[in-house]
Amino acid sequence: MFGFSLDVWISIIISVCAASTPLLLAATGELIVERSGVLNLGVEGMMIMGAVAGFSAAQLSGSPYVGALIAVFAGAIFSLLFGFLTLTLVANQVATGLALTILGLGLSGMIGEGFVGQPGIKMLPIEIPLLSDIPIIGKILFGQDIIFYTSILLVFAVGWFLFKTKAGLQLRSVGDNHTSAHALGINVIKTRYLAVMFGGACAGLAGAHLSLVYVPQWVEGMTAGRGWIALALVVFSSWRPMRLLVGAYLFGAVTIAQFHVQALGIGIPAQFLTSLPYIATIIVLVIIARNRRMTMINTPASLGKSFVPDR
Amino acid sequence: MKKILIAILGIAVVGGGYYLYNQNQTAKMTAMKAMEAQKAAEAKEEAEKVAALAKTKACFIYIGPTGDFGWTYQHDQGRKQIEAELGDAVETAFLESVPESAEAQRPIENFARNGCDIIFTTSFNYMDPTNKAAKKHPNVKFEHATGFKRESDNVSTYSSKFYQGRYVQGQIAAKMSKTGVAGYIASFPIPEVVRGINAFILGAQSVNPDFKLKVVWVSTWFDPPKEADAAKALIDQGVDIITQHTDSTAAMQVASDRGIKAFGQASDMIKFGPKTQLTAIIDDWGPYYVERTKAVIDGTWKQSDTWRGMAEGNVVMAPFTNMPDDVAAMATKTTADITSGAVEPFTGPIMKQDGTVWLKAGEKSDIGTLLGMNFYVKGVDDKLPN
Repeated sequence: MFGFSLDVWISIIISVCAASTPLLLAATGELIVERSGVLNLGVEGMMIMGAVAGFSAAQLSGSPYVGALIAVFAGAIFSLLFGFLTLTLVANQVATGLALTILGLGLSGMIGEGFVGQPGIKMLPIEIPLLSDIPIIGKILFGQDIIFYTSILLVFAVGWFLFKTKAGLQLRSVGDNHTSAHALGINVIKTRYLAVMFGGACAGLAGAHLSLVYVPQWVEGMTAGRGWIALALVVFSSWRPMRLLVGAYLFGAVTIAQFHVQALGIGIPAQFLTSLPYIATIIVLVIIARNRRMTMINTPASLGKSFVPDR
Repeated sequence: MKKILIAILGIAVVGGGYYLYNQNQTAKMTAMKAMEAQKAAEAKEEAEKVAALAKTKACFIYIGPTGDFGWTYQHDQGRKQIEAELGDAVETAFLESVPESAEAQRPIENFARNGCDIIFTTSFNYMDPTNKAAKKHPNVKFEHATGFKRESDNVSTYSSKFYQGRYVQGQIAAKMSKTGVAGYIASFPIPEVVRGINAFILGAQSVNPDFKLKVVWVSTWFDPPKEADAAKALIDQGVDIITQHTDSTAAMQVASDRGIKAFGQASDMIKFGPKTQLTAIIDDWGPYYVERTKAVIDGTWKQSDTWRGMAEGNVVMAPFTNMPDDVAAMATKTTADITSGAVEPFTGPIMKQDGTVWLKAGEKSDIGTLLGMNFYVKGVDDKLPN
């Protein structure tokens, strides 16, 4: 197709995976958060905190894996701030989430100041023996970096957790009706705290993917709005992990395809192509919003509502 | 009671977040002010106050972070040169990552109101906000980089002939490329960028008349992951030399990963691709910035339109690395010829992309056409967005 050889196609698909991985990771985390009834708009902030923490830890320790681990912790700890304000102090979730994003963007710039302009250590792909020798799909599925593997395994694990385990059922019940869940003896606040921290950890790892795999460097604001796209993807997926996987890869594919279409010299205006991923997101969101019943069934009923046990 | 407490905390967090965000934007500015304040306190108050008032303040508006190691980094080096050379006579300030939209108006005017005597706005689309602010603040001098509008007497424009460096890069690319195709990551279809693309292909064709150039537009000056995506796409489509007109080092890193060669942009990016960078066009703004600030101090500042290149030292080529000696020798010679004026990249015969004649043999382009360049020359494999 388009005169590309098989090797080129494989290379293109690997680029798509790289573009999709941070979105998928951050969105998977946010999906769990929203399933528990909490709307955390701070994904962008947690992601960039992960990016700066991951990069600086990798530079100081010399290992990108240490960096990724620290990024996970940094994201989780940063999300605790959101948890404390919205769950313990019952602050408004939307306002707190926005504040978290702004805080993250500013704080990361200050933390990362000393690391600007340093070439980073790239996390190299790990080829899984035997499996990576399978023609075509071997390279794509089993010849990549560890964060990619994590993102794929995680989305399946989350799907299994939500719909096949008791804990998953409890989490969903908390998100759908926190009063009933509370009456049944489920610890609503604790469940939500764990969900929020999971979301933060995922966003942190997504950030580490940007600063350790995608472009091994730290620059202020390098997430460039990817956290917001992850948020849109959660709605896009109607809170279902498998649809999220499709959505993230669709978005990644459009992101990469725009450059290939341009480089091929097909006479489509470049401005249109660069806006394509965003147009696609808007169209899908409109389609979803039109089907009210679908939205009603899938949206966690308590999404964005605060819970106070003694009220 | 609890609710009030929560409300206060909420406000504190939002406020704190906003404060940190703002503080970060102006962190260095504040630090500089703090240092100034400290100095003032140490010396005798009255005399120092008079001195502070007499100080000339040069302010800068940047499109990206000073740590982009590209465009903005170089402008900031120029700012530092002002401080180093003019010392106590000046004070400088800057704002990073100011968007290229109507939003730029506010920070520019803030500078004008807060004692800046000369304001450098360092990206193309600050053109209208700069001119608007200049009309409101006739006593402040404005210097707009890469633009062409000078609507009032207190606005000057300045730029560098980056295209001279692009021509040298084109020649190197044509010698070094095995596939005969180079990739160009472009930001916005403004004359400055189009001129660079044309100069590059003209340089390449002077070595290999069949050389091809693929262009990808990313619609941003600074978005490292996006620039990386564009580089990957170009490499997948068979280019084996990458050059860019965006500000980050991401493309250099991708080229390095994929084992191909690339050119640095605006700044020497050799750290990000020790085995990858062939050369880089380094923008040296320092001398101009010092000269203009000095003119304000001396009261000799006049409106001007400055366009300097290799001859004046505004465009400098980074060392020619990762190439055979004969290619380096050719590049060195071309650089010397452009500097001396023996070679001018836009000299005919040159055909436009559609095959019509632009310049006849020996004919040189007039400056107006160069400054407003909105067409490709023959050999560019792309349709110019408009």
